[in-house]
Amino acid sequence: MIDSKVKSILFAGVGGQGILRASDIMCMAMMEAGYDVKKSEVHGMAQRGGCVTSHVRYGTKVYSPLAELGSIEILISFEKMEALRYLKFLRKDASIIVNTEEIYPPAVNMGDSTYPDDVIGFLKNHYGRVVAFNAAELAQKAGNIKAANVVLLGAASKLLNVEISVWESVVRQSFPQKLVKLNLDAFQMGIAA
Amino acid sequence: MKKLLMSGNEAIARGVYEAGVRFASAYPGTPSTEIMEEYAKYDGVYAEWAPNEKVAVEVAIGAALGGARALAVMKHVGVNVAADPIFTVSYTGIEGALVIISADDPSMHSSQNEQDNRNYAKFAKIPMLEPADPQEAKEYVKLAFEISEQFDTPVFFRSTTRVSHSKSVVMLSDPLAPRDKNTLTRNAGKYVMVPVNARVRRVEVEKRQQALKEFAETFPENKMEINNPEVGIITAGMPYNYARDVFPEFSYLKLGMVYPLPEKLIREFASKVKKIYVVEELDPYLEEQIKAMGIVVTGKDIFPYTNEFDPGIIKNAINGNMDTSLSPYTDPLAPRPPNLCPGCPHRGLFYALKKSKAYVHGDIGCYTLSYLKPLEGLHSCICMGASIGMAHGMSKALGEKGKGKVVGVIGDSTFLHSGITPLLNMVYNNSDALIIILDNSTTAMTGMQEHPATGYTLLGKESKIVDLKVLVSALGVENINVIDPNNIHEARVAIKEALAFGGPSVIIAQKPCVLFKRANIKPQPSLRVDPDKCEGCKACLDLNCPPISWKKGITKEGSKRKGISFIDETICNGCGLCAQVCKFGAIG
Repeated sequence: MIDSKVKSILFAGVGGQGILRASDIMCMAMMEAGYDVKKSEVHGMAQRGGCVTSHVRYGTKVYSPLAELGSIEILISFEKMEALRYLKFLRKDASIIVNTEEIYPPAVNMGDSTYPDDVIGFLKNHYGRVVAFNAAELAQKAGNIKAANVVLLGAASKLLNVEISVWESVVRQSFPQKLVKLNLDAFQMGIAA
Repeated sequence: MKKLLMSGNEAIARGVYEAGVRFASAYPGTPSTEIMEEYAKYDGVYAEWAPNEKVAVEVAIGAALGGARALAVMKHVGVNVAADPIFTVSYTGIEGALVIISADDPSMHSSQNEQDNRNYAKFAKIPMLEPADPQEAKEYVKLAFEISEQFDTPVFFRSTTRVSHSKSVVMLSDPLAPRDKNTLTRNAGKYVMVPVNARVRRVEVEKRQQALKEFAETFPENKMEINNPEVGIITAGMPYNYARDVFPEFSYLKLGMVYPLPEKLIREFASKVKKIYVVEELDPYLEEQIKAMGIVVTGKDIFPYTNEFDPGIIKNAINGNMDTSLSPYTDPLAPRPPNLCPGCPHRGLFYALKKSKAYVHGDIGCYTLSYLKPLEGLHSCICMGASIGMAHGMSKALGEKGKGKVVGVIGDSTFLHSGITPLLNMVYNNSDALIIILDNSTTAMTGMQEHPATGYTLLGKESKIVDLKVLVSALGVENINVIDPNNIHEARVAIKEALAFGGPSVIIAQKPCVLFKRANIKPQPSLRVDPDKCEGCKACLDLNCPPISWKKGITKEGSKRKGISFIDETICNGCGLCAQVCKFGAIG
């Protein structure tokens, strides 16, 4: 069953975490499931350890690849404090999937600023559905810490109306043969998280 | 037909291939780079990186004069570099076809300005197409080649960051078989732009303009959608999608061709709707031309001049609302600026350079990131190649007051792009400034593209390697020093000596980019801080290396220490700079 209304998902994190790959996989799954889908992100300077976001929008017909403020239904944050940076984009009833891994920005490293306390508690106080877990640890269990992005996708898949077989097919297409099993395991770990 | 998820840039490359085009030249630059990288993967194409955009356009003109369908690709500011040939090839026309892609960057995601290159189309009298998404990008670039052939004109194709770097579903078509019409056709009256011929061609350009204006009236990609007749929106490119999302009920005139404009069609649209908004990012380019037709429209009175749009900006401007979206989280969050990578060879050089207290003219590349605290490595940065001319100019203007205090830094790819002539000028005009070439063996910022000093072409063929030292020497520079920038002491001594030398000096800081796979850099074991030896002085933090952090509260008996440094072993690649700057031998 296709949802006709356009829905928006925001991926956020730090350069190097595999955010763009994850949003690519999600878009391919949406396309395979029969949706129109668009995504938008910015390359270049952001690769060098800066903030990275990717907007994904899907429905029967999508025009804008960028979501409006206040319209995101699912936020997938690859780093804990990065979840706080984009709350302006979220609907009040948004769901949040957040990796509890912490990556300190330079100002925190230098002791000029602090890393925010109790991010998860804050998110849970303001949003109905917050799924928080350490995706890096789960990816490590699956066999490689770099698969944290696929773990997060697995967790997100539970909130989306796409068959598991579609997800698995797209994950298979997205990695070289020797990494397929590892990523399928990582995806399952995300579902169970 | 096959359906794929494609970025705008991938779709453009596919469109060029489907059009049977087999010749392209480009210089990399965000957000245009992947067009050429993707195009080069197709079978049977000839694609090359030129040292700069002017050369890329000239190469493509040459190919087009030989009858080929030729493409030149660049970012928006690259068109400035290439403007000289572009303005005159507009007069000559071509034998084959010529399309010039300009990838603009509203909001300056990765650029020094956000110039609106639609103005170039009007300025140079060259038609311009502008797609709104990847599917259109693929189709429009094919149309661009057809228009070029039909009207004997170069054609601009404008993308923006949000078209180039968005992805959506694209239907592929079968590629046209490449037609080899390539031949030597001599027609000096048309192609030798001496005044007597240029005056004749100048008139031809105006005739072509008239023909193109007629063509634009019925060009199917100038599309009218009449819905609610109360409000009409005239727009082009990505902003169409934003407006269409938030105001699906309005009427639209979406222009696929943004130069020349279809005046009759615009008048027809104006007669069908009551109130017209012109929705366009950056300059009031469409608005001014439509107002000059005597049509009343609302544009930059309510829409911003600066930065890219999004659906909310358009909705709020038209509804007259302020943005009311609030984040429930109101505490300030530490910013996360981009940084030089762990192990980056630029870090040691800029650390050493800061100690010299020189005024540093910067250039375009990864090293521009050294501008940020705490390295604060640059004091100016204007455009590709500018560091050298600016260092020379400042040094000359200051005279004795500037002696030993003015430096220009430039990357290897940028030096070959547009640094050679200003260095020649420094020698010619007896400069005292110091130029440091940051040679990391690749075009790193845009993602490791080949250039004339890497030894490989875009198609992966081995080629001659330009020896930068020999090149600099041939320009007449006598004081040249090649150093390892990861040796801070060596770098400091070299900088000091060069600044003391009267006359132009060049230091070549040679070390491959740590991300450059071909350089095959074996990461050294990560370093760690000995918590017994660390005095918490924070000297290592001055390197701004991502793995190094400082935690307060870890004190030591008999020491004033308030905290200590840590190294995140998962991202440290053991370059050793921090061990060099630690006075207590605490890092190893």
